[in-house]
Amino acid sequence: MKKVYLVADNIISPIGFSTEENIENLRLNQTGIKKVDDDYIWSEPFFGAVVNNDKLSKAWESISSDLGYTKLEKMMLLSVSKMIVENPSLDIVKCGIVVSTTKGNINNLKGGLDKKAYLSSISETIQNYFKLDHTPIVLSNACISGGLALAVGKRMIQSELFEDVVVIGGDLLSEFTLSGFFSFQAVSNEPCKPFCKNRTGISLGEAAASAWLSSKKDTTKKEIIEITGDASANDANHISGPSRTGEGLYISIAKALKEAGLDSTQVDYITAHGTATPFNDEMEAIAFNRAGLQNVPLNSLKGYYGHTLGASALIESIVARHCLINNEVFTSLGFEELGVSQSINVITKNEKKELNRVLKTASGFGGCNVALIIEKVAS
Amino acid sequence: MIKEKYYISGFCSIKEKKVFKNGNQLYVDSESDNLKDFAKGIYKYLELKYPKFHKMDELCKLGFLASEVLIKDMKEVDQDTALVLSNKSSSLDTDRKHQESIQDREDFYPSPAVFVYTLPNIIMGEISIKNKLKSENAFFVTESFDAEFVSRYSEILINTGKASNVICGWVDLDNDKYDVFLAFLSKKGKIELTKEELNNLYNQ
Repeated sequence: MKKVYLVADNIISPIGFSTEENIENLRLNQTGIKKVDDDYIWSEPFFGAVVNNDKLSKAWESISSDLGYTKLEKMMLLSVSKMIVENPSLDIVKCGIVVSTTKGNINNLKGGLDKKAYLSSISETIQNYFKLDHTPIVLSNACISGGLALAVGKRMIQSELFEDVVVIGGDLLSEFTLSGFFSFQAVSNEPCKPFCKNRTGISLGEAAASAWLSSKKDTTKKEIIEITGDASANDANHISGPSRTGEGLYISIAKALKEAGLDSTQVDYITAHGTATPFNDEMEAIAFNRAGLQNVPLNSLKGYYGHTLGASALIESIVARHCLINNEVFTSLGFEELGVSQSINVITKNEKKELNRVLKTASGFGGCNVALIIEKVAS
Repeated sequence: MIKEKYYISGFCSIKEKKVFKNGNQLYVDSESDNLKDFAKGIYKYLELKYPKFHKMDELCKLGFLASEVLIKDMKEVDQDTALVLSNKSSSLDTDRKHQESIQDREDFYPSPAVFVYTLPNIIMGEISIKNKLKSENAFFVTESFDAEFVSRYSEILINTGKASNVICGWVDLDNDKYDVFLAFLSKKGKIELTKEELNNLYNQ
């Protein structure tokens, strides 16, 4: 079976328009979540992480003068364009492309003109912009989309459909999703606090990201990072609430570890989903305990980015790659005191630490879960 | 990589007020003038007793009913049977309902019972719950049914041991127009799985 390497990436988020800028701000424990006062999104101020429109316009002008794109499209195209500039050997035209998004240009439903609200329109936009040989496949699988898209990309390479796959993820902080989460009473009235006793719900965010998966490891000058295991499993329990036993997440972790040929004692760090809703974080703690991972240092990046839906697990995997390269972990922002019934090891300060193997997990509506094992390849 | 042969061991479709299984017409309803009643008719025909059905949005009802038709005569469905579904319109049918509920700030009534259905993968959640499938799920959105990608992706899942069988297909609903096709892929059967065959059965 072919090996699949994570060789390059980019993140466009409220805390930076390059991966380096994002990592630097994570290192400074700088959050993108703030009080947002934007009547287009919500009638009252709320806490969320939004990409500044002026900053985006400026960055967009540097690559194109065409203003006929939506905010999400600009973010996605910018992300991929930056990755191409930084990696001249990436021949995007020949790559397989997986686009991960939950709601795409859902804002366009507001005006009634909804052609762009169809997710395949994003695929068309990306194909036309980069003049791609292959039509991008859109994956829309709730909050695990970004992680599952990496698994799908890996599987496409392993089955020899492509040598290289680019995964592009993105979602907006829209009135559409915010109103839905408010109706669930799941939105925090302060920046979210994953795994904390004082957590009251999520903060939403928006971002786009891209990652280059390749079967060839010599495409990167940096340390070589491989995705060695991936699995997804449904809870088969409830469509809007996580399983009380963490069943699907536990199965995903066990299967991903098995594929990677590892046991739970060999995982150095977990970059968890950690949305900061009472039920999600509790479920994760249960699943990690069942998998024997309760002592492994763990964080959630939702305190920095908010929940960026279809982008979140992709961004968190990209950050994991850089944590492996730089041998460091970041504090789980927003966490004060453990607020789940089973013990887990939440990271409370940045640390330099030798890392070889990272577990990335995500869970979402519809009972879906995904686990990825991301490893440093011994040189 | 050594490629095993896989088979389409069953298939079904729901289109134009008719339900087909393995190419034969199973149910027709020329009376009902809306999708809700049509779906309810199929539910009754299948003699289902599953109260959760009535809470589902119309897209989930269609996917759920098709899955029931597909596995109707099977003793049990292996827990490792993956779901690989796709469509063109994602969950837009319910997205529009949610949008309507937030369109007017003076008359603002978003509902969690509607919002939860604004994701297309919920169909797979519903099918998984009914059949206790703790398996791989993936929902893809493409302009039209992409038999090549769906069959290749399903093959990968079985090849790599991530699934024993796969229920794959197309479950689309847009402005009352629906088009549903599911196929059961496994290591046993008479029809060999190829993209052409899958596409032919979809177009039947």
